[in-house]
Amino acid sequence: MTIGVLALQGDFDAHRKRLEELGAEVVLVRKPEQLEAIDGLVIPGGESSTILKLLGEEGFEKLKEFVRAKPTFGTCAGAILLANEVENPKQVGLGVLDVRIRRNAYGRQLESSIREGKLNSAPIEMVFIRAPKFERIGPGVEVIATEGKDPVAVRQGRVMAATFHPELSTDTRVHQAFLDLVSATF
Amino acid sequence: MSHNNGNSTSLRLKTGLAEMLKGGVIMDVTNAEQAVIAERAGAVAVMALERVPAQIRAEGGVARMASPKKIREIMAAVSIPVMAKCRIGHFAEAQILQELGVDYIDESEVLTPADEAHHVDKHAFKVPFVCGARNLGEALRRIAEGACMIRTKGEAGTGDVVHAVKHIRQIVQEMRILTVLGEEELYAKAKEHGAPYELIRMVAKEGKLPVPNFSAGGIATPADASLVMQLGAEAVFVGSGIFMKDSTTFADPQEAEKRAKAIVQAATHYQDPKVLLEVSEDLIGAMKGLAVAGIDEAHMLQTRGW
Repeated sequence: MTIGVLALQGDFDAHRKRLEELGAEVVLVRKPEQLEAIDGLVIPGGESSTILKLLGEEGFEKLKEFVRAKPTFGTCAGAILLANEVENPKQVGLGVLDVRIRRNAYGRQLESSIREGKLNSAPIEMVFIRAPKFERIGPGVEVIATEGKDPVAVRQGRVMAATFHPELSTDTRVHQAFLDLVSATF
Repeated sequence: MSHNNGNSTSLRLKTGLAEMLKGGVIMDVTNAEQAVIAERAGAVAVMALERVPAQIRAEGGVARMASPKKIREIMAAVSIPVMAKCRIGHFAEAQILQELGVDYIDESEVLTPADEAHHVDKHAFKVPFVCGARNLGEALRRIAEGACMIRTKGEAGTGDVVHAVKHIRQIVQEMRILTVLGEEELYAKAKEHGAPYELIRMVAKEGKLPVPNFSAGGIATPADASLVMQLGAEAVFVGSGIFMKDSTTFADPQEAEKRAKAIVQAATHYQDPKVLLEVSEDLIGAMKGLAVAGIDEAHMLQTRGW
């Protein structure tokens, strides 16, 4: 089982480390053709506007196909890229997750925070950095983690997304959940 | 002032944002229009300035924090993080920038220092700081003061990459040496580098700085970005190199945008000469620049900082 981490920009190295800790074989994906050799993909945190530009048209189309066929997990910027509706400002997305997501919904860096939320009703630490918020959750989307009243991690079929950064905590449960999802579809 | 940084939560949030900027390009901008061009080109963040380093160098005078009004206009114009510079040791400028809500403060040698002995106590702030360094000791002193991102100083405003290279090589080499030394040898190294022993030990163990390590100071082309990243930098700051044609005139905005885009591609594909060739191909000449070898030490910006 080989997991790709989209390494155009952002905290891809933190994801790589975590996935390797959990025993996955990881490749850093910088070229569209690399998508053909992986069983699942993580889209890391970073600047979603930058990652979109770095994907280019060809990369965007290839990635669009990939996320419809294979398990994908996006954190923060990655969640924004997976959504089918992006606000603040409006931005194109891969459209594979039926949610509306608002960029920088908590505010600027001074509003970044570490909070305790719930993953499948068990407490878990969540690192929010200039984080987005899910504003609308489509009918086919399952909420898997919450912080207060807010949904902060969701799943729709083979696609998972979190507005926080499990790769910046020591807890491995979220990444394990994704690896389980990949195993189940492998 | 409260000590926000005394706990690890604050530290993790500060380095957390730096983690998000990795593999990216942070661009100097002097107005909202340039900020929009930078964002459109794929910048991960912009540095809001009154004048870019090349202009400061050419015009002289005291260089201070940018006007809050200008920074606010830039913050309103883009959705990416906005950084701003304060003078070395000028904690009151830093307090104003924090109040304004910028995402990162660069306590920078490019501005005229406000204190000849002390840097800002960065632990006292909730907003994260980046600081310049020429060697490992300087980097670790800044980290001890609370900096959550280090960048090489290079020689800002020159378009000459030679000292960015010198500084990244120096830092990487000094870290590598620590990793092969015995525990008992690290005490003398702490003294030699003028840095806290605990941080020396941490670097010896991990082989890298405890915060992200970026490069700045004279980067002007996609090849320059690739060079410093191949040498170990995790992201790049490009100052005068994008929007300046020479020290006093701005480049054509379309050319600037093209160059900005090319450098963004280079920071991602820094190990791929094929992409580097492609993005370098139709760029017209980079800024005229100023060879660092011709600048006497008294006029160097990098010697500011203690």
